Amino acid sequence: MKLIKALACSLSFAACAAGAQVKVGATIPLTGPVAMLGLGQQKAMQMYADKVGGLGIEYVVLDDASDTTAAVTNVKKLTAEHNVDVIVGSSSTPQCLAMLDAIAQAEVPTICLGSASAIVSPMDDKRKWVFKIPPNDEVWIEGMARHMKANGVHRLGFIGFNDAFGEAWLQGMNKLAAKYGIEMVAAERYGRTDSSVVAQVLKVLMKKPDAVLIAASGTPAALPTMTLRERGFKGKIYLNASIATKEFMDTAGKAADGALLSIGVGLVGEQVPDSNPLKQLNLDFKARYEEKFGKGSFNIFAMQGYDAFRILERALPIAAKAAKPGTREFRLALRDAIESVRDLHGNTGIYNFSPSDHSGLDTRAVVMAEIRDKQLNYVPE
Amino acid sequence: MDASIAAILLQDGLTNGAIYMLLALALVLVFSVTRVLFLPQGEFVVFGALGFALLLKGQLPGTVWLLLTFGAMTAVFDVAAAAPRRRAAVLLRTAALNLALPSAIAAAAWLASRHPVPPSLAALIAVALVVPLGPMIYRIGFMPMAHASILTLMIIGVTVHFILVGMSLFFFGPEGMRAEPLVGAGFVFGGLIISGQSLLVYAVAAAVAAGLYLLFERSVYGKALRATAVNRTGARLAGIRTHVAGKLAFGLAAAIGAVCGVLMVSLTTVYYDSGLAIGMRGFIGAVIGALVSFPGAAAGALAVGAVESFVSFFYSSMKDAALFLLIIPILLYLSMSRPGAVAGEEE
Repeated sequence: MKLIKALACSLSFAACAAGAQVKVGATIPLTGPVAMLGLGQQKAMQMYADKVGGLGIEYVVLDDASDTTAAVTNVKKLTAEHNVDVIVGSSSTPQCLAMLDAIAQAEVPTICLGSASAIVSPMDDKRKWVFKIPPNDEVWIEGMARHMKANGVHRLGFIGFNDAFGEAWLQGMNKLAAKYGIEMVAAERYGRTDSSVVAQVLKVLMKKPDAVLIAASGTPAALPTMTLRERGFKGKIYLNASIATKEFMDTAGKAADGALLSIGVGLVGEQVPDSNPLKQLNLDFKARYEEKFGKGSFNIFAMQGYDAFRILERALPIAAKAAKPGTREFRLALRDAIESVRDLHGNTGIYNFSPSDHSGLDTRAVVMAEIRDKQLNYVPE
Repeated sequence: MDASIAAILLQDGLTNGAIYMLLALALVLVFSVTRVLFLPQGEFVVFGALGFALLLKGQLPGTVWLLLTFGAMTAVFDVAAAAPRRRAAVLLRTAALNLALPSAIAAAAWLASRHPVPPSLAALIAVALVVPLGPMIYRIGFMPMAHASILTLMIIGVTVHFILVGMSLFFFGPEGMRAEPLVGAGFVFGGLIISGQSLLVYAVAAAVAAGLYLLFERSVYGKALRATAVNRTGARLAGIRTHVAGKLAFGLAAAIGAVCGVLMVSLTTVYYDSGLAIGMRGFIGAVIGALVSFPGAAAGALAVGAVESFVSFFYSSMKDAALFLLIIPILLYLSMSRPGAVAGEEE
């Protein structure tokens, strides 16, 4: 672990050297199953400035190997050994949830990069230390439901993972369905590594849905998409944002053509109209990122990873007026300062934190896109 | 639900069932020769499947390095065992089998990843990359402990499983892969879509089942293999080379697994950790055959496929629970109807 840290330091940050004032700790997966998320975020962190409004910043980055236990250990290490003022990470929901206790115990404000609403709600004494970058599932779902309503989808079928992720999407959609005049006609589950979903697809198709929503992530979403088309389904297929990977499009091939996704603005930055408040910001970030890491290297995780810095950039100077970095008072002030962030334009969306809402995003973070020939195309509202 | 839907469900279930059947047969094969409940059988499937998919994409599968490393380890084990007795023939043989052969296969894979090859050749290389792993794993993991209890052997199996899954993630990454079918053609029959690939799966499954049945039930050689599990000492006294039998069983199991993977990766998406899920289904099938009967295991695995398909239709959220619950009444029945016949009870 020490070696990894040293390595991360030498790779990422000139500011690892002493002499800095504020200490920012990070725990992200640089190895293991969700390393893809962490590696993008680590690159984004290399773009964090080492000075904000006269305050020097020192960074400590630890690898949590996509493991919940390691993430918790890292939090303890960052707070006890390194006495950090704020933590960024980890990258996926299970790690973030596991970290909650340790974070609350150490009273250190944390900006999580995991996506589930459960990380910041229901708000309680532990979660008051935690803020979240990616939109809540509800935001994605609402963006999608809006598109369904505008396109005459009345009967919706659902095929999702038989885990917490699928359940969150099903409940979210159920909650919003009535508001958008949608009837949920079927809800079927499948496992990530299942070898067939023919039965589930048949069951859904028997109810003659106008559209089918697939709540999965990455390549496992290819199986239901392909089976639906194979069984002659002509209606719309909706996919959630975490499916928008190159690997998914390669795997699903032609079957993915015409599938609709609710995604972040950054992924179709060039195509959205100039009136979109996030367009310029995203294009600028993408240009800077690709200049540093090469063309085509830009991804959603880097995009979200950098938003954590935008929040710190706004909140750190405010906290620094109230207390000295390295103290409990500073951490409290920083927590309050982050909570008071309003109307902050990030790559992901427009953040409006409040004591009850530590996600702070609304549907302005979401646009619709369609897959065509393994490319994402922006779909105007 | 009407007849046409039932037919589609049954067909889908039997296609998966045929895959599970290959695994169940391999499990029974390994168990009846070595008394090892070989949990990592599914990893052979994954290595075969993803190795094939990568070769088709023109990439070199990381299993090449695994093969070379395991080969070198096996050679070291063999040399260490043979050196005190100065048996040159053993050294030569192990060098050929564990160093030269893997190197040749690795070279073939390297060439295949550089130049576009026909899918059938890629499939062959993908299988060849996996087969030697079987005997090597037996030599390194199980042979030194061949006399241990079934439980100990199973725990070694669990260890091997975790090692291989970790390697699998390292070699293939977290995303799943698919490949083009080896047999493109197919036909539509009523509501049934029968792909050429699924017919190929049926054919291979049937051939392997028939072959193993004939080998073990009808040939002297098969009976000799079986004798090693029943009584190792007795078998050795009768002139059966028990370690060769074990290596052979593991090699066959690896071959069946790899072929299964190559067939499967064009039917569905395969992930680095798919092995356990498929392997467990094969295991239920094997348990239905009481871990000794090839026809029983084959029928059991097909039943698992069919049950899975129908349960997915009616209660998709309960599917895995229902599948694994299936095992309890079966074990009850087996232990009540034939006391002593259930695997796990020491002889």
